[in-house]
Amino acid sequence: MSVKPEVFSKVQEALVDALGVDDDEVTEEATMVGDLGAESIDFLDIVFKLEKAFDITIPRDELFPDDILTNAEYIDGGKVTDAGLAKLKERMPFADLTKFEQNPLVQDFGNLLTVKDLCKYVETKTA
Amino acid sequence: MRWFWVDRFTEFVSGERAKGIKAVSLSEEVVDEYAPGRTCLPASLIIEGMAQLGGLLVGQLSDFTDRIVLAKITSAEFQMDAYPGDVLHFEVVLQNQDGIGAMVNGTTTIDGKPHGTINLMFARLEDERFTDVELFEPAEFCRMIRLMRLFEVGVNPDGTPIKVPEHMIEAEKRWFVKN
Repeated sequence: MSVKPEVFSKVQEALVDALGVDDDEVTEEATMVGDLGAESIDFLDIVFKLEKAFDITIPRDELFPDDILTNAEYIDGGKVTDAGLAKLKERMPFADLTKFEQNPLVQDFGNLLTVKDLCKYVETKTA
Repeated sequence: MRWFWVDRFTEFVSGERAKGIKAVSLSEEVVDEYAPGRTCLPASLIIEGMAQLGGLLVGQLSDFTDRIVLAKITSAEFQMDAYPGDVLHFEVVLQNQDGIGAMVNGTTTIDGKPHGTINLMFARLEDERFTDVELFEPAEFCRMIRLMRLFEVGVNPDGTPIKVPEHMIEAEKRWFVKN
């Protein structure tokens, strides 16, 4: 399911401003970290810009579930446990975790989020 | 070497905005040594000045108890250089902030003409992760803010003056006793 053009357009603008990337680099499939080069402080910048653009409030742990990824209850040997994956799915219903589930290394989680995920998240907030 | 890149605050509204000025002087070695043949205040130091203005705007929200650091220069564009004799007028506006950081947008002008636009991100150092990290010696920090005249122009949104925080006054007392 594709995202709403008006949502994508505003998300794209926020990402171009926050990350200094070109419009055409911000595709729905682009990953925030791997493709667009987002670093930790950029995510805060993006959150601020999205909150302003869509007039919404974004609880920080919804987009970046650090509390789950650093909780010993949900991590074993550097991987997210089944219980942890269930928790992540509950917290982030907008994200496609299918690929991540195959080898859920905590270190790979940061590169999971795509532009499409971000758009879908915003859509849940503006619905 | 001093690291003051704002000479004085001219306006300060807690949690909203701040204005300040920076007079460019030929007595500043960096003005003619940074880029020989191009006698101007380097853009990086103008950004530093805006960061000092914006960082103090963010820091004042916690009475300067939070440790605020410049985390990211989101964008900085300049239309001209700032030469000796020029007076840069800085203005920063707090766009958004939370427990993690803050976003500040700013503009600079010279003689009323647009000079630059600078957007910055600040981060709050977390107490749990950054233990025993003191950014400034407390009394020195208070002295710096006094020198920049922040408390002379600073007001709260309701117009009441911003007072020197008690912990800073105590730090100054300790410094005087010690020295």
